[in-house]
Amino acid sequence: MSEGYSDAPTVGLPGRVSIQGPGTPHDGDSHAHHPKLQHHFDDMEQQAEASTLGMWVFLVTEIMFFGGLFLAYAVYRSQYPTGFQEASAHLNVTLGAFNTAVLIFSSLTMAFAVRAAQTGEKPRSQIIWIVLTMILGATFLVVKYFEYKDKFTHHTVPGPSFVWDGQYPAAAEIFYSLYFCMTGLHALHMIIGLGIMTWLAIMAKKGTFNSTYYTPVEVSGLYWHFVDIVWIFLFPLLYLIGRHYHAG
Amino acid sequence: MSAGHVAPKSLYYLIFGALMIGTALTVGAAFVDMGALNNVVMLAIACTKALLVILFFMHVRWSSRLTWVIAASGFVWLLIMFGFTLADYMSRGWIQGTLR
Amino acid sequence: MTTLNYINNGHGLASWLLTKDHKRIALLYLVSITAFFFLGGLFALMIRLELLTPAGDLMTAETYNKMFTMHGVVMVFFFLIPSIPAVLGNFLIPIMIGAKDLAFPRINLLSWYIYALGGLFTLFSALSGGVDTGWTFYTPYSTAAANSHVITAALGVFITGFSSILTGLNFIVTIHRMRAPGMTWFRLPLFVWSHYATSLIMILGTPVIAITVLLVAAERVLHMGIFDPALGGDPVLFQHMFWFYSHPAVYIMILPAMGVISEIVQAFARKNIFGYSFVAFSSLAIAIVGFFVWGHHIFVAGQSVYAGMIFSFLSFVVAIPSAIKVFNWTATIYRGSVSLDSPMLYAFGFIGLFTIGGLTGLFLAAMGLDIHVHDTYFIVAHFHYIMVGGAIMGYLGGMHYWWPKISGKLYSEGWAKLAAGMVFIGFNLTFFPQFLVGYLGMPRRYHMYPPEFQIFNVMSTAGATVLAAGYLLPMVYFTHSLFRGKPAPADPWGAKGLEWEIPSPPPTENFAISPIVTHGTHQYAPSKEVGVV
Repeated sequence: MSEGYSDAPTVGLPGRVSIQGPGTPHDGDSHAHHPKLQHHFDDMEQQAEASTLGMWVFLVTEIMFFGGLFLAYAVYRSQYPTGFQEASAHLNVTLGAFNTAVLIFSSLTMAFAVRAAQTGEKPRSQIIWIVLTMILGATFLVVKYFEYKDKFTHHTVPGPSFVWDGQYPAAAEIFYSLYFCMTGLHALHMIIGLGIMTWLAIMAKKGTFNSTYYTPVEVSGLYWHFVDIVWIFLFPLLYLIGRHYHAG
Repeated sequence: MSAGHVAPKSLYYLIFGALMIGTALTVGAAFVDMGALNNVVMLAIACTKALLVILFFMHVRWSSRLTWVIAASGFVWLLIMFGFTLADYMSRGWIQGTLR
Repeated sequence: MTTLNYINNGHGLASWLLTKDHKRIALLYLVSITAFFFLGGLFALMIRLELLTPAGDLMTAETYNKMFTMHGVVMVFFFLIPSIPAVLGNFLIPIMIGAKDLAFPRINLLSWYIYALGGLFTLFSALSGGVDTGWTFYTPYSTAAANSHVITAALGVFITGFSSILTGLNFIVTIHRMRAPGMTWFRLPLFVWSHYATSLIMILGTPVIAITVLLVAAERVLHMGIFDPALGGDPVLFQHMFWFYSHPAVYIMILPAMGVISEIVQAFARKNIFGYSFVAFSSLAIAIVGFFVWGHHIFVAGQSVYAGMIFSFLSFVVAIPSAIKVFNWTATIYRGSVSLDSPMLYAFGFIGLFTIGGLTGLFLAAMGLDIHVHDTYFIVAHFHYIMVGGAIMGYLGGMHYWWPKISGKLYSEGWAKLAAGMVFIGFNLTFFPQFLVGYLGMPRRYHMYPPEFQIFNVMSTAGATVLAAGYLLPMVYFTHSLFRGKPAPADPWGAKGLEWEIPSPPPTENFAISPIVTHGTHQYAPSKEVGVV
């Protein structure tokens, strides 16, 4: 909604708010509007702008939510630099890098899914991109599962069963606490993302999305890209600490 | 409702390529000893990748200034939280003979 | 009354529990926060009863710890933070900007359900024996040593945080995108500005306490070591993370009240606010600078002195925008045509008591003095002056001001004035002695104290009784007005603003036709003597 209709006549007493003037009549449902327009909005554009803005505001809350964990990470890494190096060395860089590539790829397919809806491509085309994104997301989670399983096998899960034969057990336990909290929270967001994708695919199949209405795809895309960005930071911060000390 | 800006597919492929290169770079750089610069390089690459995703995949490049401000504010606030907290941790022990 | 309004438009429990109407959701919140206010008040009653005598004779220390913890948790998270935004904000913001509803009505309803769920967790925690860590959940006691229901309470706070986040999100998008044609930012009522600023804090701060209490719960279950010094963790990190939100949270609690006062002062001095843009921008300044001061809670906990100095300086700075508001309200009242209706009585009370609370905040911003009074009743008095003398007065003032609009009924002005007087007197009798006894050294969170402090505590408990009675009265006469009150006209106070242009109670869709705003919504006729408009 812009700052005010410049071409609307200003009706009513000067210096007072006018309620008599022309504007959008809120009388009974004429239903001459898009079926997806919710009635408290004036038009589809306002609805789309509100939805996109709403998702961005939500993503800001997610930045601060993950941010708390990143803060704890930053504090403890600054307190235990060598301990964190030692602990990080036990993570599998190949798997981490592979997962990073998978997620970046999934962001590409997601961008194409949004573009497909935006340009009004056939539902089948939209669904293909959404499903590709889901497959990549699921791949990420499968790799994560194997990584976690490995931690359980090697007793690097914090808590009573934690065993560490390196030099800095306390730092290692804190590192792995953060590892599990951060990647776990991230994985939870991925799972939720997969759920959102499923819902999108179902709606796409019904032919819901086209160039006049594709907001759900767009805001879901924003969410998905955000989850990718979190991993873009998680990967080097968790997997690549002090690798050069172990090079060769 | 207007369709908004439609980015060409080639641009998306380009960004994808840049992100993959960035990933390879960050892995490679991690194994080269650059001293204190390692962290700087790593963060710089990660921030660049994030910026590419935000600007192009998330369409901020073609969005309103309000969207840009909101996205930026999240990161600015993160910096505030980090900055003031680390100011505490970094300045501990500056007073001789105490833990303060 | 047979005219259709939001109250009679649809009957039955389902029409209320599944409503998307922001006005009905506001009433859902009103009922629940009032219930929590009672609960929090009960805990306060137990505290004040114990403190009548120096000996810890009414309850054990452990039980007393639970009383002040539950009092804090319930009052902060389940009463103060939602109160004005969820009740008055929800009800009024769409109307004040000329919209039919908030941007996301279903998310608004979801907010209430999330709040209720979090409340149930906390209620469960209270009923199964309570928490004794203090509302601040400091580690490592909360994570390692406390054997009370910390996890349930922490989860209750975590869940309710999302209610706050979604409300803030809704307000921000609504204010940006749903304003009626001609409603520019600088024509918005100051109530809307203050809620916008509040919403910024909700968005940027709440997620941090969410992750923090989640970590506390996780640590309690898994013993990971994040906050436990025995395992290499740092308890001060918890305090940093906790206060990063909890300090801005106090601005979540006061900014909406300030918005209410701006509205009331204009209406009852029949004058436009002095310095509109200053007041508007000061709301934003409080919200932003409020994020830079949290370390003043950690001066004595092990934070470095240099960080302490930075936080101390910024804590002085954050007082400036608040002071600007107080000056501007005063300048508005000066040479205005003042009528002392009950909302205005609450506004006067607010201005005076908030000023005292704010000035004592400056004492506490000074590191040297804070070290002396930290964890004493001086602190308790300071924040109660702001939270109760400020925020609750603002809430009550707002409820009295907009009750005719919300309910369509007029309440008894005589009883309302009496209640306002009782609240003011009771409040000061309760909390002023606490400044004195705190400065003299009585620590907080102890169920016993040296006998020489008894006189202050007796005064405080006596005051609390008067205060409680003052709080009960509105519940009586508001309820009475629902059944026997005179029907309220659209504009019972002769006030200006879009909400006073529509019927009391309003129709479900607020406006028959979307208003077109041609002028600022508050245009009281300028008084003849003063050249300032």
